[in-house]
Amino acid sequence: MKEKSGTLEQAVLNEYKYGFVTDIDTDVIAKGLSEDTIRLISNKKNEPEWMLDWRLKAYNHWLKLVEPKWPNVKYPPINYQDIIYYAAPKPKKQLNSLDEADPELLATFDKLGISLNEQRRLTGVAVDVVMDSVSIATSFKKQLSEIGVIFCSISEAIQEHPELVKKYLGSVVPMTDNYFAALNSAVFTDGSFCFIPKGVRCPMELSTYFRINTENAGQFERTLIIAEEESYVSYLEGCTAPLRDENQLHAAVVELVAHTKAEIKYSTVQNWYPGDKNGLGGIYNFVTKRGMCKGDHSKISWTQVETGSAITWKYPSVILKGDHSIGEFYSVAFTNNYQQADTGTKMIHLGKNTRSRIVSKGISAGHSQNSYRGLVRAGKQATNARNYSQCDSLLLGDKCGAHTFPYIEVKNKTAIVEHEATTSKIGEDQLFYCRQRGIDAETAVALIVNGFAKEVMNQLPMEFAVEAQKLLAVSMEGSVG
Amino acid sequence: MLSVKNIHANIDGREILKGINLDIKPGEVHAIMGPNGSGKSTLASVLAGRDEYEVTEGNVSFLGKDLLGLSTEDRAREGLFLAFQYPVEIPGVSTTNFIKAAVNEKRKYLGQEPLDAVSFLKMMKEKMALVEIDQRLLSRSINEGFSGGEKKRNEVFQMAMLEPKLAIMDETDSGLDIDALRIVAKGINKLRNPDRAVLLITHYQRLLDYIQPDYVHVLYNGRIVKSGTKELALELEEKGYDFITDEVDLTADQ
Ligand SMILES: Nc1ncnc2c1ncn2[C@@H]1O[C@H](COP(=O)(O)OP(=O)(O)OP(=O)(O)O)[C@@H](O)[C@H]1O
Ligand SMILES: [Mg+2]
Repeated sequence: MKEKSGTLEQAVLNEYKYGFVTDIDTDVIAKGLSEDTIRLISNKKNEPEWMLDWRLKAYNHWLKLVEPKWPNVKYPPINYQDIIYYAAPKPKKQLNSLDEADPELLATFDKLGISLNEQRRLTGVAVDVVMDSVSIATSFKKQLSEIGVIFCSISEAIQEHPELVKKYLGSVVPMTDNYFAALNSAVFTDGSFCFIPKGVRCPMELSTYFRINTENAGQFERTLIIAEEESYVSYLEGCTAPLRDENQLHAAVVELVAHTKAEIKYSTVQNWYPGDKNGLGGIYNFVTKRGMCKGDHSKISWTQVETGSAITWKYPSVILKGDHSIGEFYSVAFTNNYQQADTGTKMIHLGKNTRSRIVSKGISAGHSQNSYRGLVRAGKQATNARNYSQCDSLLLGDKCGAHTFPYIEVKNKTAIVEHEATTSKIGEDQLFYCRQRGIDAETAVALIVNGFAKEVMNQLPMEFAVEAQKLLAVSMEGSVG
Repeated sequence: MLSVKNIHANIDGREILKGINLDIKPGEVHAIMGPNGSGKSTLASVLAGRDEYEVTEGNVSFLGKDLLGLSTEDRAREGLFLAFQYPVEIPGVSTTNFIKAAVNEKRKYLGQEPLDAVSFLKMMKEKMALVEIDQRLLSRSINEGFSGGEKKRNEVFQMAMLEPKLAIMDETDSGLDIDALRIVAKGINKLRNPDRAVLLITHYQRLLDYIQPDYVHVLYNGRIVKSGTKELALELEEKGYDFITDEVDLTADQ
């Protein structure tokens, strides 16, 4: 037999298309982390005293922690003194509309396929854009504010809505939660803030686009979404970064709060630079995302399409506190070359009649390692809690790995937890069958992968499903041959 | 249309085809018979372009082109179709989507516009009626959980959709009930025209009752050891392969 996995391998060797750097004046502080760094960040952002105190408390707690070692990923030690904690494109002046944004910046986002102007305006998606450490612009702000929806950068929220930020920041992910959450709490520089008032169904998709541009800069964004009683919001984040040989750290925290009968749908299309085909460079994506179904009958749904990053470590979770609340997690994680992903979710059932559903689709190619790690916990009070988990892995070639680590803790006898897992492989037989019908190997793999991921892709808002599908196709380009 | 000259092919260093010669002209139907393991499917795979098989000698021309120089997918797009002896299951990909991709890839190759949804549907309906295939099968993942007979029928359906110049049917009749056999034969007969040719690989005379072959070949131990008309098939049915293979083995021993 000739090179058995040859065809497959060549079809997944991809070129990262977002690897360019924007040449723009950037306000950068010196590398390194200390109380002074934090004071400087807080000062640059003109923050109130309480915010600085909160940051310093987090920093001092972080100093006592050690980096977690349990994820199924390997990387050299991170030198936290070798990172730039604040980098902001100049001018820092607050923009009222996107038309005032630096043309170079707008061009950058055009190149990324995110037209901040017309296209989005037509499709009715409000966008907040975060480049390196700061939010550059938020669109549709005015229209949204007319119905009481607040959608702005978190920096702005700290200035304009301190009472909301104070009340909710750290309420779902405490600063002491874990190593990277503590670090983020100390040094976060920007991110998005959404507040949907009682009874309002947000009429458009809210979306934040994260871009790392500056070399050696870490991105530590913080997102906070609050849905008041009987409100609804669908939110989407997208991410890219330039191609660089050094690894860059991205340690974000996302907190969601859903009150009674509120629903939050949070979608992520993550395409950070994954490193080159030999595993050089790429983003370390160490993220803490958690939602709290605080009120009865509330619902939080996470959908993620993860194709980028050298290492991904994230477990978007839901705490099902309210009775009858619902948590969902839909994930497609694609790893190629030397990428590593350890991702999954936690569904913590506390209230009665709470339900959760987990659908995880892992696709591994090249030499990559793809792990699903999920916890389903039903507390003592969680009468009639239900969980259904389905974890499917698809292997492209025979040098990659797929792993599943389900953890189940049930303390209430009436709770029912179901788990199903499958592993399949795109075989040479399948490729030959497709090719014999005139479908080349690359198209065949895309067809099979799309079929495999369909259930999750269908959860994405329409506007992004097409983009996500294209992204998946681009990431796989060359993975067969 | 197809001219196979002295083809030798190996798998894992073992020679399976030991000098095959075969000429098929437009409009003809050829049947290949032969004992298990003689190399019939290997020949089909080599013609279709399966990578695992290494062609060590010989050449093949197909519609005037050097077949072995074409990629697997281009051979298909040029009009070579293989109905698999063991059709492959592809979870998650609906049969309809799969066929649509196949039809449009071929059209692209031929410089034609992709079929619009309406025309595609119309074509599907027509061919579905022809091979009497259940619509519900087509919305399911391709071949996944299909019964043996359903898989075979699906192969014929795909053939009908792709309208190949040369259809190689590898034991498409095996595992079919009498009705299915008749329907499958009808599908194949319908495709017959002066521009097209069919290569039937089969173990049974009964298929040849429905599809009259112009020539019958016996493949044994990697070689075509006897060729004849449809009477040869009848003789094989009656006497078994021994009357030919014994003779071949005898000559080989000498
Ligand atoms: N992938 C493979 N690896 C190893 N040996 C193989 C492979 N494919 C075919 N062979 C061998 O080649 C020989 C011919 O096989 P082939 O499938 O062509 O036979 P066939 O004539 O189609 O038989 P049948 O009537 O049973 O379908 C057999 O001995 C078989 O074991
Ligand atoms: Mg066979």
